[in-house]
Amino acid sequence: MTIAEMEKPNERGLQQVAANERLTFFGLTLPYLLMVTALIVIPVGWLFYLSFIGRDGSLSFENYERMMKSKAYIRIFLTTFKISILTTIICAAIGYPLAYFMSQLSRKWANICMIGVLIPFWTSLLVRTYAWLVLLQKKGLLNNMAIEMGLISEPIKIVHNTTGTLIGMVHIMLPFLILPLYANMRAIDKDTLKAASSLGATPTRAFWTVFFPLSLPGLLAGLLIVFVLCLGFYVTPAILGGGRVIMAAMKISSNIELYFSWGAASALGVVLLVVTGIILFIASKLVSMDQLGNR
Amino acid sequence: MSFLNKNVSETQIRLKDRLWLYIFSYLILFLLIVPSLVVIPMSFSASQYLEFPPKEWSLRWYENYFFAWKVENGFNDWMQATWTSLKVAILTIFVATPIGTMAAYGLVNSNSRLGKILFPIFISPMMVPIILVAIGLFYFFVQFKLVGSIIGLVLGHSLVAMPLVLIIVFSALKNYDMNQEKVARSLGATRFRAFREITLPQIKFSIISASLIAFLTSFDEIIISLFVAGGDNSTITRSMFLALRDQIDPTIAAISTILIVISSGLLIIIQLIGNKENKKD
Repeated sequence: MTIAEMEKPNERGLQQVAANERLTFFGLTLPYLLMVTALIVIPVGWLFYLSFIGRDGSLSFENYERMMKSKAYIRIFLTTFKISILTTIICAAIGYPLAYFMSQLSRKWANICMIGVLIPFWTSLLVRTYAWLVLLQKKGLLNNMAIEMGLISEPIKIVHNTTGTLIGMVHIMLPFLILPLYANMRAIDKDTLKAASSLGATPTRAFWTVFFPLSLPGLLAGLLIVFVLCLGFYVTPAILGGGRVIMAAMKISSNIELYFSWGAASALGVVLLVVTGIILFIASKLVSMDQLGNR
Repeated sequence: MSFLNKNVSETQIRLKDRLWLYIFSYLILFLLIVPSLVVIPMSFSASQYLEFPPKEWSLRWYENYFFAWKVENGFNDWMQATWTSLKVAILTIFVATPIGTMAAYGLVNSNSRLGKILFPIFISPMMVPIILVAIGLFYFFVQFKLVGSIIGLVLGHSLVAMPLVLIIVFSALKNYDMNQEKVARSLGATRFRAFREITLPQIKFSIISASLIAFLTSFDEIIISLFVAGGDNSTITRSMFLALRDQIDPTIAAISTILIVISSGLLIIIQLIGNKENKKD
C-alpha cells in the first residue's frame, strides 16, 4: 500500500467536510436570497410581463407602441434625461473641486469636512426638499435677500420649475458623487505629484497629466451613481417641480394612482430599468465592482 | 499677510494661488449643511405663512403636531403616523440586521465564484429604481392583503435596508481574521459557539451601526410607504409628502426639526461607535 492510497479515506472525509461547509455558508445567505426573490425578482418580473399585455388581455407590444407614439411620453423621457444629465454635470463641477480640496487636507480636517458631507446624506430627503421649498419660494429667504440688496426689484420664480428642481436635486446628489471620488483621490500616491514637479512640471501641468487621470475611476463611479439615482428620482421633482417638471418615476406613480393603468406604468418602468441596467453594466466594465462597494 | 505665501501642497502651491479653492469649498460645505437648518427657526414661527426670519415666535406648530386630536375620528394623524413609523423602523432592524449579517457571513466565507453571482443580486434593491420596487411590491401585496399592514411595510423597508447592512457587515468581516474561529473550533467549540463567542464580540460595533442605519433608512423611506402604507397605517414621511404636495403647512417644519434632531443624534452615535472600533484595532 502506497502512502497516497493510505491517505485516500482521509481525503474523502475532508472533501465531505468542505462540501458541508459550503452548504452551510450558502444556507446562511438563503433568507436574504428568499427576500430578494420574493420581493424584487417576482414582483418586477410580474411588471415585466404586465408591460407586454395589451388592453384586451393578449400578448402585444401595445404599451410600448403607445409610449413611443405619445408626445407626452417623449416629453417625459426628454425631461428625465435633461434633468439627470444637468444634475450630474453640476454635481461634477461642484463636487470635483470639493473632493480634491478634502483630499489635500490632513486626515483630521478632512474628517471634519466629511461630517459636512455626511450630515445632509443622513438628513431626511423630505426635510431637505422642504427646506429648499421654504428658501426658494416667492416670499422666501433668497428672494427677500436679493430684493433687500437691490439685486432685483420683483421676486423671481425659482421654485416650482426646472431651476428649483435642479437646485434641490444637486443638493441631494452631491454626497453620492463626493464619497467615491474622495475615497479614490485619497488613495492616489502623492509621491507621483512630487515626481512630476521634480521633473519640471508646473503645478497645473502636474494636476492635469498626473492627478486628474488617476482620479477618473472615482469620478466615473460617482457620475454613474448620481445619474442612475437621478433617472428614478421622484420626491424632489414632485415637490420642487410643482407639477411642471414630470419625470419618469412620477409618471409611473400617477399611472397607477390615478388611472390604474398597470400596462403603461410597467412599460415605462421596464424602460427605466433597462436604461439603468445598461448604465450599470457599462459601469461594472469600466470600474471594478470593489470600488463601487467600498463607498 | 505672509501666511498667504505658505506652501499648501506637495507641488509647492502657495496659499494665495489656491485661495479660491478654499473659499469655494467652504462655501459649498456651507450650502450643503445650512439650507436644511432653515426649518428650525421656521418651526418656531407664529405665522401661518413661511416668512423668514419669523416676526413672532410660538410653539403652535409643535402643539399642532403633538396634540391636534381630530374630533371626528378620535386620533391624531401625525402622532398615529409617527408611531407607525417607529414601530416599522424598529421591526425593520430585527428583520434586516440578522438576515443581512447572516448573508455577509456566508458570502465572506464562501468561494469567490458564488460571491460574484450573489453580490449583484444582493445589492439589487439599491440598483433597481425604487419606484419600480414600490409598484411591484404594491401589486404583490394586494394578492396577499398586505397593503396597509405593518408587515408589508416592514418587508418593504427591510428590502431597502438589507443591502446597507450587508455592505457594512461584509466590510467588517473582510478585515477580520476568520482563522480565529478555526482556532476555537479546533479546541472543540461548535461553529455557532465560535461565531458567538469569538467573531460576534469583534464585529459587534459594525452590527450596531448597521442596525442604526437600518432604522434610519426605514424611518426616512417614502416611496415604498407611499404605495404600501395606507389606511390607519400611514408613515410619518408619507403623511409629510402628501401634505407637502397640497400646501405648505408649517407643522411640517416642526416635524422636520424633530427629524433633524433624530438623524443627527443617530449619526453622532454611529460616528462615536466608529471611533471606538478604530481605537480598538
